[in-house]
Amino acid sequence: MNIAPIARACRSAAGVLLLFALCVGARAEIRAEGNPEASPIWQKVRASLFQSRPIAAASDELISLDAPTRAEDAAIVPISIRTRLVQTPARYIDKVYLIIDNNPSPISAIFRFTQLSGRADIETRVRVDDYTHVRAIAETNDGRLYMVTRFVKASGGCSAPPSKDAQAAQATLGRMKFRVDGDASGKQPVLAQLMISHPNDSGLAMNQVSRLFTPAHFVRQVNITYAGELVLSADVDFSISENPNFRFYFVPRGDGELKAEVIDSEDLRFESALPYRRHD
Amino acid sequence: MSRSALPIRIPLADALLASLLAWSGCAAAQAVNGAAPMTVSQVASGVYVHIGALEDWTPAHGGDVANLGFVVGSRCVAVIDTGGTPAVGLALRAAVQRTTPLPVCYVINTHAHPDHILGNIAFVDAAEPPPRFVASANYSGALAAREPYYLNALRRDFDIALTHAAIVYPSLGVDAVLDLDLGDRVLTLQSWPTAHTDNDLTVYDRRTRTLFASDLLFAQHLPVLDGSLRGWLTVMAALKRLDVAIVVPGHGAIASDWPAAMDAQADYLSGLLSDTRAALRDGLTIQQAIERVGIAPAAHWLLTDRFHRRNVTVAYAELEWEDDDSKLSPQTRPGPSRARSRANPSRADGG
Repeated sequence: MNIAPIARACRSAAGVLLLFALCVGARAEIRAEGNPEASPIWQKVRASLFQSRPIAAASDELISLDAPTRAEDAAIVPISIRTRLVQTPARYIDKVYLIIDNNPSPISAIFRFTQLSGRADIETRVRVDDYTHVRAIAETNDGRLYMVTRFVKASGGCSAPPSKDAQAAQATLGRMKFRVDGDASGKQPVLAQLMISHPNDSGLAMNQVSRLFTPAHFVRQVNITYAGELVLSADVDFSISENPNFRFYFVPRGDGELKAEVIDSEDLRFESALPYRRHD
Repeated sequence: MSRSALPIRIPLADALLASLLAWSGCAAAQAVNGAAPMTVSQVASGVYVHIGALEDWTPAHGGDVANLGFVVGSRCVAVIDTGGTPAVGLALRAAVQRTTPLPVCYVINTHAHPDHILGNIAFVDAAEPPPRFVASANYSGALAAREPYYLNALRRDFDIALTHAAIVYPSLGVDAVLDLDLGDRVLTLQSWPTAHTDNDLTVYDRRTRTLFASDLLFAQHLPVLDGSLRGWLTVMAALKRLDVAIVVPGHGAIASDWPAAMDAQADYLSGLLSDTRAALRDGLTIQQAIERVGIAPAAHWLLTDRFHRRNVTVAYAELEWEDDDSKLSPQTRPGPSRARSRANPSRADGG
């Protein structure tokens, strides 16, 4: 699999920590929307991911980003990235980056699509505790970059990103559910959902007895294939909510098995498969 | 409310210096200036309650939004929750001191939400032996995970700069039931399976049959789900069996009509359960469910704009894991698409 250097960096714990340190150092307090380009964290993330490559403002014809203006619950903020480009061999969206400036680890996800994805759309849920810019950046196969930005206000009150039931989260670790919706004619991309039971711990909490930080334990990679061919690969981290949830498309060419392979930060590997037949 | 004939003892800057050192000058000044006793009512013999504002935890009400209380025995006093800022805790402590000369021997935290616990530091005093801080056995883990976010919200929204040193953790964890003797008076503490949160604790005064339900019961203020919807409904069914003369909710007015005092909340949570299940059955996404699932028009809850959408979000994320076959019918998914999951983790090859 051809994975970009930054994604490779994210695959090792050291890489994650490096990006974490890089970005926490520049953590800024913002309450007003301001100029998204001026965000100092974004400037650092931009330099590490894209160097000096130009990034165009995305038009709705290419990519759009739905996020609530206020996080209702800091632990579960639905994010929907939609693309309008039909994935063809000539032109397709290769990657979508999800950046949450003021999260402890801003590079929240790097989704990699193929022509078998049909559409490079993705829905997931993220943790957002602070006022922050949220960005989706599409990279097309010709290497061009397009960005769309939304500003999300912090939730108030007693809402916080950690697990709502820490013991239950451990008890069902690795359980998965697949679901497939929509047209099954084999001509159109089909919408699917993968749910992964996982605490997706940030490891930022200190154990009050031992005075040690609990180790981070989160899903770091998701690979989804149909009939043995890759339709979606994602490098993710603990910005994704507990029980990571992804809605995505794939083109079912013939009968096959939709299969997910999930690897977490402790190198635990989980698999789930769903036989899927077209209705011709 | 009964007033003590003894001289009113207001905490002085001297006595609090040690604990205040961890605060910024700004917060310390606010706290000392704000240490007038808060309003409390004696709801039963020796049982005092402060009703917080029916608002979200924001600076608009100084973080004084949760119901707080204390119970006086012949030997000492137990405080039940301490408020949403150190200043609220100081005002509560002043109210205790105005009521009785007896020392505070226990500070009980009913769950790890900021509006209930950030006044703890006000009860740590260099001049006196500290009380024991008591909470659910799950509380410390939950608070540790949330502490950085609470400190951030205090700084960002309240302009109060606290450090880790100002967050007081319990030294006594309750993993089922624990009796605390205050002298001729026993409080029964009970921790519950995940409901409002995963570290809910109730306090029951046997002598007056007063139940401090804390946030297992909301009155007027829309219930807020931060644990398990199904778990909460189950816990409410168990609470019904308690012999309760007076119930003190976590938010809203006290009541004596037990268990009918839980009816409005039961209606809301049951409706949330059935409507969210229906949204899942219809194949709605979480965003669509948030838009669709409403509140019964007859209900007169406050703060619905602030909390209802959040409750749907949390309910959806919980209920989507229910077994489809037993709970969600008819099947809406096309094709033979039942997942076969293997939850047996195996070591990945070298990562």
